[in-house]
Amino acid sequence: MLSDYQSSGKKGTRDGFGDGLHEAAVKNPEVVGLCADLTGSLKMNKFKDAYPDRFFQVGIAEANMMSLAAGMAIGGKIPFTGTFANFSTGRVYDQIRQSIAYSDKNVKICASHAGLTLGEDGATHQILEDIGMMNMLPGMTVINTCDYHQTKAATLAIAEYEGPVYLRFGRPSWPMFMEDKPFVIGKAIHMNEGSDVTIVATGHMVWQSLEAARSLAEEGITVDLLNIHTIKPLDDEAILKSVTKTGCIVTAEEHQRNGGLGSCVANLLGSKLPTPQELVAVNDSFGESGKPTELLDKYGLSVDDVIAAAKRAIARK
Amino acid sequence: MAEIAELKKIASQVRRDIVRMVHAVSSGHPGGSLGCADLLTALYFNHLEHDPSFNMNGKGEDLFFLSNGHISPVWYSVLARSGYFPVAELATFRHINSRVQGHPATHEHLPGIRIASGSLGQGLSAAIGVAQTKKLDGDDKMVYVLMGDGELQEGQVWEAAMYGAHYKCDNVVAIVDWNGRQIDGDTKDVMSLGDLPAKWKAFGWHVMEMDGNDMSSVLSGLQTAKGRSGSGQPTVVLMRTEMGKGVDFMEGTHKWHGSAPNDEQLADALSQLEETQGDY
Repeated sequence: MLSDYQSSGKKGTRDGFGDGLHEAAVKNPEVVGLCADLTGSLKMNKFKDAYPDRFFQVGIAEANMMSLAAGMAIGGKIPFTGTFANFSTGRVYDQIRQSIAYSDKNVKICASHAGLTLGEDGATHQILEDIGMMNMLPGMTVINTCDYHQTKAATLAIAEYEGPVYLRFGRPSWPMFMEDKPFVIGKAIHMNEGSDVTIVATGHMVWQSLEAARSLAEEGITVDLLNIHTIKPLDDEAILKSVTKTGCIVTAEEHQRNGGLGSCVANLLGSKLPTPQELVAVNDSFGESGKPTELLDKYGLSVDDVIAAAKRAIARK
Repeated sequence: MAEIAELKKIASQVRRDIVRMVHAVSSGHPGGSLGCADLLTALYFNHLEHDPSFNMNGKGEDLFFLSNGHISPVWYSVLARSGYFPVAELATFRHINSRVQGHPATHEHLPGIRIASGSLGQGLSAAIGVAQTKKLDGDDKMVYVLMGDGELQEGQVWEAAMYGAHYKCDNVVAIVDWNGRQIDGDTKDVMSLGDLPAKWKAFGWHVMEMDGNDMSSVLSGLQTAKGRSGSGQPTVVLMRTEMGKGVDFMEGTHKWHGSAPNDEQLADALSQLEETQGDY
């Protein structure tokens, strides 16, 4: 139910990563961390201070970091790399492709400051293509978390999982609403039962979609809401079950339309159950400097944008 | 552990394997493979403490990484002939449904390979990563990585060089196949490497030079490099080789970097290389 998900305050998703990494390291001595000169930004200090021997400052050399991590995985470690999402993907795509994905290395690529909500630093850092790049790599698990609690839970879960993972999170302080909620890789969280429209959302857009669903409920429109933290492997079953009930769908993500969650859902529905779909995503554009909420508004990712998309989807049934 | 006379014989067979493998599929990289045949033979049949039953994590073993993955034929030959997989499998090199891929890969689970290589510049980083896990685990074995000299044009190599010195990775030995040639021509014409010993020295590495086509020089060089463990400084061995070594018409040119001999050229090459261990 929507009322089960109230904000208990705000924290960054990256804080969830920092706390999760520390806890994962307490649990498993094989966990090691690498960071490319962004220890504070990635909230890796807690881990670093507790386990200085297991923390490797790499300097501003992300390509080296990815291949180092692959080497550490060969030796039996569980390496977590930390840098911004832009430098975790596009800058090092070839290293990830050859040394990690193709070589099937147990490396956890942890990427902060993804998307527009990075804010004032602008488009050089606001990567909106990373989910697509990582999705295309065979064997890669792709996770985009929605709040502090889910990011912490995901960090712990990927430490237990054997295989390469891309974990995407962000910079801003953001509502926390997933405390004590279960996290299973590849398993969507059914947040609300509804019959008029399915909304599947990932990352910061889960909160936007929750707020949209609450507003739509006041108009008598019920939303079947899925929190899709794992984009690959996608929870096909949960999505198909939902659209069978509602007959239309909205996908919401802080990413380009091309290659992200919306594309993955369209791939699924096109082949299994053609369904009217509306995409809330950035439309083939770079971002710019601004406050996170200003950017979400300008680039079509506001609560009102989700509401409008839901109504368009319903109208196409 | 094989000694010099025996190693030379094995290296001759390895060279036969190389030219036969690339001839059979009319593709592959014989030049650098032939040049490094003595080094890889010395490593796998004399120097490395390794286990051909193959454990991916390599704990308690010396490890070798091939960063310039295109010279895969020489690696496949020594791996097969030192017991990692059947020698007969060399006949599947670059064929469909084979574990013996064009460039080394782990995807098909070929024993002996721990990471894919082919896209250049990544091997030194990976080797240093493994070496650091060895230190964390109290494992005193060494990690060796071979790179091409042309490969040093990749920026990542220098990221790794800086890192290796910073972290005092003295259980890493980087070996550079210093043959002065790359696919488009001589390195001095394509992109000059400048004063290579000075470059590595400036990055904080202990620099050695070695004749990579003289077996006794290779054995003693490797031993000296290994002895640097505990020095607090990583070692690079700048290894002079002749691309195409052992086949006269392939020597002295970059032209056999990535092309295969025809039937006539194969016969000529094989007539220069003694069959010592039995062809596959």
